[in-house]
Amino acid sequence: MMTSVSPVPPSHAPRTPAERTLITPEGVDLRLKLGTAGQRAGAFLIDFMLLVAILVIFSIIVVAAGLGTLGAGAVEGIEVVAVIWLLGFFLLRNFYFIAFEIGRRSATLGKRAVGLRVVARDGGRLTADAVIARNLMREIEIFLPLSFLAGGQGVDGLIALIGLAWAGLFLFFPLFNKDRLRAGDIIAGTWVVHAPRRKLEIDLGGDSADEAMPYRFTDEQLDAYGEYELQTLENVLRAGNAETQSNVAGTIRTKIGWEWQDGEDDYAFLSAYYAALGKRLERRMLFGNRRRDKFDTGEERGEE
Amino acid sequence: MERVSEQAIFNSTTFRAEREADWARLEELLKRAEGGSVRKLSDTDLLELPVLYRSALSSLSVARETSLDMALIAYLEGLCTRAYFFVYGVRTSFSQRVASFFTHDWPVAVRALWRETIAATVLMIVGTLAAYMLVSSDPSWFNAIVPGGLAADRGPDATTEALRATLYHEGESNGLGVFATYLFTHNSQVSIFAFALGFAFGVPTALLMVYNGAILGAFTAIFVERGLGFELGGWLLIHGSTELFAIVLAGAAGLHIGMRIMFPGMESRLNAARKAGRKAATAMIGVIVMLMFAGLLEGFGRQLIIDDWTRYAIAAGMFTLWCAYFYVPRVDDDQR
Repeated sequence: MMTSVSPVPPSHAPRTPAERTLITPEGVDLRLKLGTAGQRAGAFLIDFMLLVAILVIFSIIVVAAGLGTLGAGAVEGIEVVAVIWLLGFFLLRNFYFIAFEIGRRSATLGKRAVGLRVVARDGGRLTADAVIARNLMREIEIFLPLSFLAGGQGVDGLIALIGLAWAGLFLFFPLFNKDRLRAGDIIAGTWVVHAPRRKLEIDLGGDSADEAMPYRFTDEQLDAYGEYELQTLENVLRAGNAETQSNVAGTIRTKIGWEWQDGEDDYAFLSAYYAALGKRLERRMLFGNRRRDKFDTGEERGEE
Repeated sequence: MERVSEQAIFNSTTFRAEREADWARLEELLKRAEGGSVRKLSDTDLLELPVLYRSALSSLSVARETSLDMALIAYLEGLCTRAYFFVYGVRTSFSQRVASFFTHDWPVAVRALWRETIAATVLMIVGTLAAYMLVSSDPSWFNAIVPGGLAADRGPDATTEALRATLYHEGESNGLGVFATYLFTHNSQVSIFAFALGFAFGVPTALLMVYNGAILGAFTAIFVERGLGFELGGWLLIHGSTELFAIVLAGAAGLHIGMRIMFPGMESRLNAARKAGRKAATAMIGVIVMLMFAGLLEGFGRQLIIDDWTRYAIAAGMFTLWCAYFYVPRVDDDQR
């Protein structure tokens, strides 16, 4: 495959330290975002609780079945039940993560809930051996610390403590490298990216032709702000908090010297201003004349 | 006039209105494809998907250069990422992968680990010999080496008759399935552990190999002292030729990772670790398969077959089978 991941992206420098370059064979950079430690831990907690819940339900069913056969007086029945439980526990412990990550979405249920997915670091396909390698490592990353926490069998306090510290080294491994790799990720050549399923949000700049009639802004009024402020305004509008919106609307009115009109609605005013500002900035953008924020006068780039 | 000039001007609203339907279509196809198997998609869907994916990618490129709508760009990035991993993802079916694992991947991975396999074998033999000599010279070493639960009634204080009985306790055929399953899951867990510990530069894996050998050596010493060496051999090897082989391979997988992390050679350490990990993981799935056979042999075979020579014959047969499967060169190897 012709994908490539270069350590230093050629044109677009990553805007955040968690952004990674993945150039598709079509030549477009997907700009993957690494999952944060918090997201990873959250996903794991969900998976872990699911595992425990499944195990408890599974055990109850198996024990119930065992008691049923005991009533019938058949010894073979209990044997079958015990075998099923042992195998079920083994499969759950070792293959829950593997089975889900081998699937098309490359994510366990917990990862799906948080919006994470496992990706091969070289941008190629995620192979089964990579998934197996990264998940078998959980044996020393999770289950070993757990067994030390539980006290272990016949291990005295000090040794258990040393063991816990050693095991903790693996547990907190992702915090000590910039790519948030766990030991399993290193072995498997994978990393975990945040790629949630997003809905297409409504277009704030559209369908405003009629509603925007009472709002006409002069060029000077629109030049008060740049792209950074536009995107902040977008977040404010999408978040839908009335109090914030009225604060922001007040600030903008003062800044651009807007004359208050009767029955003016904060949201309508902000939408209209957003649409007008967006249209103006995008038009400048098409001509290669961008304005980063309100302090950007274009002097640094030698214009004007 | 006014309307014409409005339309002629390109902005993110007109851009979005033109292409929104395609994005929705792609999203819908992806949702169906990710939810179930590819078979849920018709042929036209499958042909349409890459086209829609490429058009979404071009939308993304355009949006990045012309649109200031952050939510739109984030949406397109997410959609393209999902589509990319679908379009360039794995195409083989599960049964194809299983077939290729048994015919090709597994033996190749095991063969690639030959150096580490020898090293793990040597480590285990060293452990066996050391423990054998220690326990032979002073039986009190036995309790220091073998954990109490494992020894059961086979310690140095047991009578020769009691020891002989442990090798042939027949008749009691109930619970064999449970026993076999327990042995399989327990041994698999230990071997996965040996693999994972390889990450710590292989040192704990090596220790685990030596210790495993030591337990073996301690038992052997006790039984040989009472003149039961030959009988113990049959009892151990009927499943041991498979089980010990599997554990050696697990150790080899762990050592391979450790060695490659320590000495990556011409490659970067991360690259070396990745290659080693993937190869070792393939071998590990094979180890679990082997341990399944070993568990069956130990749980059923050993309890039901009590003739020493038959036990030895099965042991030798299994060992020959594994060696032939792993190490006899195949015709198709050169073609791949």
